[in-house]
Amino acid sequence: MEEVLFFASALGALGGAVGVIAMRNPFYSVLALIVHLFSLAALFLLLTSAFVAAAQVVVYAGAVMVLYVFVVAYVGEGGESAWEPIPGQRFLAPLLGIALFVELSIAVLSSSLLALGTDGPDVKAGFGDPAAIGRLLLEKFLLPFEAASILLLLAAVGAIVLAARRREEEA
Amino acid sequence: MSIEWYIVLSALLFATGAMGILIRRSPMVILLCLELMLNAGNLALVAFSRMVGNGEGQIFAVIVMVVAACEVVVGLGLIVAIFRRRLPLNVDDLRELRG
Amino acid sequence: MSATTWSWLVLLFPLLGSITIALGFKALPAKVAGVIGTVSIALAFACGIAALISLLGEDPEARHHASSLWDYASVAGLDIKLGIFVDPLSIFMVLVVTGVSTLIHLYSYGYMQSDEGYHRFFSYLNFFVFSMLLLVLAGNFVLLIVGWAFVGFASYALISFWYRRETATRAGMKAFVINVVGDIGLVLAAFLIFRELGSFDYGTVFERAPEAFTTNEWTIVAICLLLLVGAFAKSAQLPLHTWLPDAMEGPTPVSSLIHAATMVTAGVYLIARTHVLFELAPTVADIAAFTGLATLLVAATMALVMTDLKRAIAYSTMSQIGYMIMGVSIGAYSAGMFHLMTHAFFKALLFMAAGSIIAAMANEQNIDKMGGFGRAMRFTSITFVCGALALAAFPGTSGFFSKDEILAFAEARGGMYLIFTVLGYVGAFLTAIYAFRLVFRVLPGRPCPEAQELIETGHLHHPHGPPVNPATGEPEDTDVGFPGAEHHIAEGSLPMRVAMGVLAVLALVGGLVQIPGVDDVVEKWLDPVWEGSPLAAIHPSLGQDYVGLGIGGFIALAGIGFAYLLYVRRPELPRTLERRLRPLHTLFANKWYFDEAIDLLVVRPALAIGRFANRVFERVVVDGLVSGTEGTVRGASEVVRTVQSGFVRSYALLLIAGFAGLALYFLLSSS
Repeated sequence: MEEVLFFASALGALGGAVGVIAMRNPFYSVLALIVHLFSLAALFLLLTSAFVAAAQVVVYAGAVMVLYVFVVAYVGEGGESAWEPIPGQRFLAPLLGIALFVELSIAVLSSSLLALGTDGPDVKAGFGDPAAIGRLLLEKFLLPFEAASILLLLAAVGAIVLAARRREEEA
Repeated sequence: MSIEWYIVLSALLFATGAMGILIRRSPMVILLCLELMLNAGNLALVAFSRMVGNGEGQIFAVIVMVVAACEVVVGLGLIVAIFRRRLPLNVDDLRELRG
Repeated sequence: MSATTWSWLVLLFPLLGSITIALGFKALPAKVAGVIGTVSIALAFACGIAALISLLGEDPEARHHASSLWDYASVAGLDIKLGIFVDPLSIFMVLVVTGVSTLIHLYSYGYMQSDEGYHRFFSYLNFFVFSMLLLVLAGNFVLLIVGWAFVGFASYALISFWYRRETATRAGMKAFVINVVGDIGLVLAAFLIFRELGSFDYGTVFERAPEAFTTNEWTIVAICLLLLVGAFAKSAQLPLHTWLPDAMEGPTPVSSLIHAATMVTAGVYLIARTHVLFELAPTVADIAAFTGLATLLVAATMALVMTDLKRAIAYSTMSQIGYMIMGVSIGAYSAGMFHLMTHAFFKALLFMAAGSIIAAMANEQNIDKMGGFGRAMRFTSITFVCGALALAAFPGTSGFFSKDEILAFAEARGGMYLIFTVLGYVGAFLTAIYAFRLVFRVLPGRPCPEAQELIETGHLHHPHGPPVNPATGEPEDTDVGFPGAEHHIAEGSLPMRVAMGVLAVLALVGGLVQIPGVDDVVEKWLDPVWEGSPLAAIHPSLGQDYVGLGIGGFIALAGIGFAYLLYVRRPELPRTLERRLRPLHTLFANKWYFDEAIDLLVVRPALAIGRFANRVFERVVVDGLVSGTEGTVRGASEVVRTVQSGFVRSYALLLIAGFAGLALYFLLSSS
């Protein structure tokens, strides 16, 4: 059962990824990414990380993708011409992608980290629960937690500054 | 499924995202491919967290999500600003940093 | 205070004077600068006298002191100090240099009055005196070389004093280049001395030399030959003499100080100071003596036909220094130095008088255009005659006693050295002729227009129209770098008259300090310096001395009489002689073609090498290398620059490719 779910989610993730890079229309790419994100959430659940899966759906697929949708609606479609100005790019890119995948796989599969071959240790019932995450965030990882909140503030201010209408331009 | 499968899947998704960045020219889509890579990283993190047995990898993944959100916000702000200035929304045409 | 302290003060005052005038030239009025300059040299003279008195109070054997202020370099076997060596010889030179310099400064105070570069002149002159004193007082070869080089520079600065005249700057360069040739010789000699004897210090070197060298060993011969190169360049002996006549482009006080009394005698001082080394290499000493003799005769012949007043006196200087070089080379050290002293007196005087006459002629120096100044300028004429008498060695004058002493010594040494005596007397005959040729051409006779104007109006003649350099016809102005429009003659300037008067008296009676058989002040004073030298022990007998004096006096009178015949009684004779001996006359008048020979042998090859080096080596090799490197770098950077295309995606490509490469490397290295 677990294998079936895994393969289904994996296919969904891969399909979404391929859709993102292959679709001409950026709106369709956004939709493909949403599918990918949901598949990833399923994978997270398979890995008994309930909170992360929920955060993925709510934050990522919910908020971030909505942002994308808004901007795509505002900006509109961008047509991309077929001609490639950089010589060799079209040829090298798939090559490098494959090379990257192969290298990373080899690194993982021939690793001496024997635990990779297992399903992981038996975990207690509360593994991946919000309670466990919350405890960790407030005890061990308090500093990253606070730093992340500052980062969010900065990003918000930055976005406002970047997208603000300049008085002189509009006048 | 052993953890290897998740890691290999994550590697595949990462490579796909990388290839997308190299191929596509619209900044929007490039940002989306970045999201792909970040999520691949998240998957790896959560898989390792499961392998190790404590929740630290998941915390890392949550923080990564926060960073990704911030980056998306700023990136989209940039795109809006570019669009407002009526510049072509094409990274190949935005090459003033050429030497 | 000890003699060495006084000697340090001797060095200090001229240096202070030079620096003060140089730094304060905007603030100091001209007269004050002149006073500072003169007074600083006078103070140096006073300190020299004090050092003399201090030395006199000591035992003659103990009259040599070395004193040093600080160490220049005490490392790896080198031990060079800023040290002076005070002994009778250096104090003698100090007194001669400062004494004559004071008088010349006094003369310049009046003579250079209207010159725009008055301050510069006194600053340079003081610096020159400082350098000359440094040379003379130096206690080791390094400081000697320092003084030597400074003197060369001061000479260059003063020869090209009127720097807007092209002739002057060229003459300055010529003097400097030939001096540098001499400097090379001196420096190489110093290196060799250090290599062989391990020290630069005079005391150590002269102590070790007799033990370290056998007579005429090639190293000591090399050292002495190199020292000779230096001495000959500085003292304008053959073949390094061509700079001296051209050096007359400088103002007259410069000619009288540097090129008569002091700088050109540096070579004589050098040979006298290093006499220990020369006695170990008698071959080289003989070479020096013969060169001195040759210079003596050649210069005398050139002076016979020279029409430029100052240049004629310059050749006379060359000739007299030939006497001095000859003297110190054959061992007549005290006699040579005595002649140095008397020569300083009468030659400086001759130049001063010549300067006065040239001023009256509005810078015209050709004696063909002069005449009748005997009536027009009484004082100048009298002093001129005094100087000429001393030069010609008229009986009783200073030159009489000093010149004949050298020749008597040569006779006493006997053997081959009799040549020097005989030819020396021939030279004396020629000297008397040319000295009085100048006197009889310029002073008596029908007054030339300038002299006429002086007699009638008492004012100097001023040429009409824009000022022109009389020698070359080049137009000049009266700004800085050119002589002033006003000229000053002795009759019109008290300082000039005082200086010339003192020198005239000294020229006439200065020889009385060393009359053979009566007194020998100079010889007794200088004897301790030549202690241990076998040559200095030779003394001519009284009979030889008196015979020598007699012959000398007779020759002098004969020469004067001959000149009188040629230039006063039968003025057409010189022209007939010139026609009969045309080739000889051309040879003499063209200065024995030395300038042309040097031009052919040295200057042209050097220029050709320079041109070749420029065309081939510089343009092709050096420029090629440099442009080649530049081109390569530019080409390479063009290639590299294509990476900076501005395309974000190609940057991303490079990034991911780099990452893939690294991952591959790590995978491979860990397997």
